[in-house]
Amino acid sequence: MAGFFYSNMMSGLSDQGHPLSLSFLRNEAGFEITEGIDFDPSDTYLKAFWVGVVNTLRVSILGIICATVLGFIFGVARLSTNWLIRSIAAVYVEIFRNVPLLLQILFWYAITLSLPRIQDSITIADTIILNVRGIYLPTIAGNEGLPVWLWYLLSGVGLAIIVVLCYAGLRLLIDSTEVQQTDRPSFASNTILGAKWFAAPVFLIVAIAGWFLSPGQPLQIVRPELQGFNYVGGINFTPEFLALLVGLTVYTSAYIAEVVRSGIQAVVKGQREAARAVGLTETQVLLLVVIPQAIPIIVPPLTSQYLNLAKNSSLAIAIGFLDLFHVGRRMIAQTGQTIPIFGMIMVSYLIMSLTTSAFMNWYNRRITRFER
Amino acid sequence: MEELTFTQEIKPPSTKKGPIRWLKDNLFSNWYNTVLTLFAIVFLYFLFKGVYTWVFTQAKWAVIPANLQILSVGSYPREQLWRVAYVVYVLAILMGLSAGIWKGLNQQITSAVACIGAVITLLPIHVNTSVREAAVIATILIAVSYVFGRDRQNLKRWVIIGWVLMFPWMMFMLRGFGENAISTINWGGLLLTLILAVVGIVACFPIGVLLALGRRSQLPAIRWISIAYIEVVRGMPLVTILFMGSLMLPIFMPGDFQLDKVVRAMIALTLFSAAYMAENVRGGLQAVPRGQYEAAQAVGLSYPKTMTFIVLPQALRSVIPAIVGQFIALFKDTSLVSIIALSELLGVSDNILGNPKWTGLKPELYLFIAVVYFIFTFAMSYVSQIVEADLGVGKH
Repeated sequence: MAGFFYSNMMSGLSDQGHPLSLSFLRNEAGFEITEGIDFDPSDTYLKAFWVGVVNTLRVSILGIICATVLGFIFGVARLSTNWLIRSIAAVYVEIFRNVPLLLQILFWYAITLSLPRIQDSITIADTIILNVRGIYLPTIAGNEGLPVWLWYLLSGVGLAIIVVLCYAGLRLLIDSTEVQQTDRPSFASNTILGAKWFAAPVFLIVAIAGWFLSPGQPLQIVRPELQGFNYVGGINFTPEFLALLVGLTVYTSAYIAEVVRSGIQAVVKGQREAARAVGLTETQVLLLVVIPQAIPIIVPPLTSQYLNLAKNSSLAIAIGFLDLFHVGRRMIAQTGQTIPIFGMIMVSYLIMSLTTSAFMNWYNRRITRFER
Repeated sequence: MEELTFTQEIKPPSTKKGPIRWLKDNLFSNWYNTVLTLFAIVFLYFLFKGVYTWVFTQAKWAVIPANLQILSVGSYPREQLWRVAYVVYVLAILMGLSAGIWKGLNQQITSAVACIGAVITLLPIHVNTSVREAAVIATILIAVSYVFGRDRQNLKRWVIIGWVLMFPWMMFMLRGFGENAISTINWGGLLLTLILAVVGIVACFPIGVLLALGRRSQLPAIRWISIAYIEVVRGMPLVTILFMGSLMLPIFMPGDFQLDKVVRAMIALTLFSAAYMAENVRGGLQAVPRGQYEAAQAVGLSYPKTMTFIVLPQALRSVIPAIVGQFIALFKDTSLVSIIALSELLGVSDNILGNPKWTGLKPELYLFIAVVYFIFTFAMSYVSQIVEADLGVGKH
């Protein structure tokens, strides 16, 4: 059977005039990518693909962070003693879980496209700007004073270390008779704990003094500002990025909320009751007893939600966000190198899923070792 | 000494909770719950106010009734619509009969469908006459066949045969034959969504079970092929697999081989969800105690018999929620075929919005489509909860 497919493939490829090779990757791409890393149409296909990979990673990582935060909030809210909060969370989960993600992304995209024009931008606190080009957020940028200040910081760390060493030496001198040779590790940790009241202020004083002694301000908040017909400065997320991010975040957070809820409910009831019996407050019960035990239950399904989010980012193609799949699709359309490019796409996604699950497995092992 | 007398009898605290007590317990039990409640009320007020003004004053809902036909069947030729109507009528009869014979869950599902039919019938707005006509007839058919089928247990076998034959007959009916055959390109709307979902669900299940068994097989070749298939497919997004069907398949097939676009989408959806189904089933297989296998072998059952009669029934029962979850995911995933230019329920929105009369009505259309999806997925999860309770999962 494999031979049948192979011979078909070879004859098909020779008919099309596309021999199997990766040499096309060095050719000029000739299309523009306005998303993510700077890209020029004269750059190579390889770089185009790389830009796509970075775009996928950007939206996935940001989406995972936001979805985790939202999902935990709604998951805990579903178990709230407050009926109203509980119901709102339940409705949120049911709505966003039961409607196809693609529809949600298209909906958010329609909304971002109906944002006002640049002249009538919505500004929040003069720093966040929303308009049809997406969202502009302030960034922190270093000035020419930054390297100087970094040197101050470094010397602050050095001074703090010297203080710790002096403290250790003094203590050794004072109670050298009491310290046992076998007691070394706890001596070291005791010394550092004791010395922090001296070392931390030293570091802080040097850091603050350095801030004022450096030329200009070392770090500065850069606000987006209107220049001509466009906003300059700060960081910009395009409407496509925004729609994809919001869609992925909201959809996945509904699933994560369910994962968190069931994880918390899986913690044996006796544990809560025991914690209440020893007089912990409700918040303490949740933070100190329930959540630490729920995490090992939550992590495996959470991992698969993260993987789903990363894979679902390929829906970008529906709204024109240039993620790795969309770039690959364009490359296929231009070069006709279907098989190598599909191979690259597959390998990229497989690497992403394998590294994510490897990391989460490691994290899970670490946690469970502490627990049991 | 004064004599102690008990003049007052104190009643036990009331177990009934009045509305005020309920409010205190559930909304204002302590200071932060009170704050949360107030915040939530303010939030809900603004949310509802915004939604209310948009839905009742700003939204232009005319787009929905005017395009009800496109939304339900896509660009299916108007003069051939009787085919779809016949399929709906036969479905209605089968549902009515099943509800009458089996009662229980069948009755609930059927009455829900009948309600939808009645709503379409009674909508006080201008609806395409053929749609309204079909709804009227289908609702009546459900009612009549329900009354007819009540307590007629001897019909059981025929109804089951009817359901089995339903699907091939439906495909034949919708496709037609000879010169009048309707190309699958014209299938669309909710019709196509339902066909894709049903085909996917029915086909991915056996493949998934086989893959799960293959993954636990003693034969290394079968085991490794199964593992590789499951892991590779699960590592990739569905969109890539759908595109692979249209871009890669022609390369691997001989010269002029052409596969129908809808069939390609069906295959891609099936192969994709089979990998996930396999993992769900594997979870169930692992939950079956070893003693069950050994006992089956001890009484001399062969491998296929052990699996079909002993292991799989137990394994599948324990993973019903996961399997239904997978079916729901598949139902939602059918929307992705709109990316490869098939016009299912979500895809037809492009056709409608392409009409200059309806441009800019995206939110209205998307909201309506979302409600349709929601009704189906929510119903599926509701049914799964009832089935689970009926089978007594977790009670044995």
